[in-house]
Amino acid sequence: MPSVLLSVTNLVKNYGTRRAVDGVSFRVLAGQTLGLLGPNGAGKSTIVGMLCGLLAPDGGDIVLGGERVTPGAAAVKRKIGVVPQDLALYDDLSALENLKLFGALYGLRGKLLMERVDKVLGQVNLADRARDKPATFSGGMKRRLNIAAALMHDPQLLILDEPTVGVDPQSRNAIFDTLEALQAQGKALIYTSHYMEEVERLADHIVIIDHGKVLADESPASLHSRLAAQAALRVELAEPAHAALLDGLRSQRGVTSINADGGALDIGLAQAADALPVMGWLQQAGCRPLHFATARTSLEDIFLNLTGRTLRD
Amino acid sequence: MTAFFALIRKDLILFLSDRRALVISLALPIVIAAFFGSLFGGTAKTSAIDVALVQQDTSEIGNRIAAGLKADPNLHITPLALAEAEKAVRKGDQKVAIVLPAGFGEAAGAALFGGGRKPSIPLLYDPSQPAVLAMVKGMLTQQVMSVVSAEMFGGKMGQAMTERSLHQLDEQAKTDPDSRALRDMLASVQKYQALPAKDGAAAGPSKGLSMPFTTADQQLSSGIAEQGYNAYAHAFAGMGVQFILFMGIDMGIGILLARRSGVWNRLLAAPVSLTQVLLARAASGAIIAFALLCVVFAVAVFGFGVHIASLPGFIGMALCFGVLTASLGLVIAAFGKTPEAARKIAMFAILVMVMLGGAWMPSFLFPQWMQTLTMAVPTRWAIDGLDAITWRGMDAVAAAPAMGVQLGFALVFGLLAVWKFKRA
Repeated sequence: MPSVLLSVTNLVKNYGTRRAVDGVSFRVLAGQTLGLLGPNGAGKSTIVGMLCGLLAPDGGDIVLGGERVTPGAAAVKRKIGVVPQDLALYDDLSALENLKLFGALYGLRGKLLMERVDKVLGQVNLADRARDKPATFSGGMKRRLNIAAALMHDPQLLILDEPTVGVDPQSRNAIFDTLEALQAQGKALIYTSHYMEEVERLADHIVIIDHGKVLADESPASLHSRLAAQAALRVELAEPAHAALLDGLRSQRGVTSINADGGALDIGLAQAADALPVMGWLQQAGCRPLHFATARTSLEDIFLNLTGRTLRD
Repeated sequence: MTAFFALIRKDLILFLSDRRALVISLALPIVIAAFFGSLFGGTAKTSAIDVALVQQDTSEIGNRIAAGLKADPNLHITPLALAEAEKAVRKGDQKVAIVLPAGFGEAAGAALFGGGRKPSIPLLYDPSQPAVLAMVKGMLTQQVMSVVSAEMFGGKMGQAMTERSLHQLDEQAKTDPDSRALRDMLASVQKYQALPAKDGAAAGPSKGLSMPFTTADQQLSSGIAEQGYNAYAHAFAGMGVQFILFMGIDMGIGILLARRSGVWNRLLAAPVSLTQVLLARAASGAIIAFALLCVVFAVAVFGFGVHIASLPGFIGMALCFGVLTASLGLVIAAFGKTPEAARKIAMFAILVMVMLGGAWMPSFLFPQWMQTLTMAVPTRWAIDGLDAITWRGMDAVAAAPAMGVQLGFALVFGLLAVWKFKRA
């Protein structure tokens, strides 16, 4: 059983009379990737700010490797790497100079500093652009350099705050490759995002936040099991579905929900294997499907189920 | 300390890689100071006043007055016809035009002994040059008195005039006993006119009346009397201060941009304190300001003949001004809400400060009340301090109050900035 690396207990943060974070608790195990999910304004960035020691909590505790994280706690800050949501780089310094600066802030110098620069540039595939300025980089390359800067001091915990905002799919994959390599090295990650598919791909534990409170703190499998429907079947019929057809469909085995919009049916299924019998029944009922597709239920559905709204609201 | 020096190093690299900042902070003050310096007289001790002379009196006296004016080193005389002179003054090409009217010499001689009406010399002048008019009047009076009295006491015209005046006074004495005294004086003048030239002395016109004193002008503003006032010294001080403060604005705006971009959070997420980050930024700002002032004055010394009387004094002043600039940058960053708004407000504030500090026009030209009031402006101390160790020729001790006041302002600004940053 991996040890607990980070322990967040009953964290509270107020902005004036507004409570931005309200009694948040969760843990991160060594080598674990925690997905911190929530819509804009849910309190994710405030939590990240407190985890990094940028903000002082109004209540609760953050303990990393046995030490409390506070704005003045220099020693514990050395164990944390931060990848801010914004590109926190100096555009007029070369990639090399940026990394040297952020390494030096953590006390690295001389040969060790240069070794770390070479290593992280290799990790993010930017070794051949070391002497170029970020101003000349693509969006994806800047994002990778943004991650590299956080890796300079070889932190135990890497906190990534929406690291793929504004990145094209190819660059996003490159970032994922980098992060998966870090996972393979045993680094613990906290990954905040409102892109479900990213969190599903990377996280082995998920904390869902809304209005500053934890709504769920579980593994992806456990979250999925909360839903009656584990799979979704979308069918487009040539004719609009009438009431008798929908009643008949509801009585079929494995059907957990139906959402009809004219001829388009979104059918929730207990499991993916229920899709074939449902399609057979529709055919027997005289329906002419123009198109159909199945999908696994997503974290988006889970979030909708938990909060009644989508993540991008 | 590794982090502290890394932050300073980063700022120096960023500044040197920013061509715009370099041009604004270095080239512009030099160019504008050179312009203002030459405008206010450069290194020349005095410049001759441009005066047009319309000589309508071609008598002996008229010719000698014209020659005397032309020989005066304080005047640059251009002989012109009346219409040309009027046109030149109206256009501002000539500051004053002296019109010596026909018959002036004879009329002036007659008036000297009280027997005739005083002739008038029209002076045409540019309304923007009232001070020059007063100076020209003084020099003209001296010339006229000297030439007319010389002619009256020794020239042919004077002898004829004396003869005629004696005849008139003899007639007047019959009815006016008081005129006898004047007649006796003129009789003595006639005897003086009849004396032969002294042994060895060349025959020629008498010297006439002249100022009964001379002045011994001695410059006390500078430790090196031969150097004198150098308008470039003040111009380089003023423009150096102004444009380096603009660099201070850029420094403050840079912090605001870093806060907006997330770089600031990344810095503070590292094991360095807010105070360390602010101190490092202040240190780099002060180093840049110090270096810029040194380069600006190096150009002033080698290119424009500015003399630095005390090198330790200059280094002290430049260091203190650097610290003041950096602290001002921190205040801008601390109290600025957005980079855009902060730049506008800071630019306005700096322009007012440098204007009141005497950067554009020396503070000794201010009215007395304003000279007193502007002592509360830190730029006044910066510029006065630089003036002290350049053209005033003073030493580091004399500039020490200016250094101390700048450091005092810097301390207040720095504490205000740290207080505001910690509250944010």
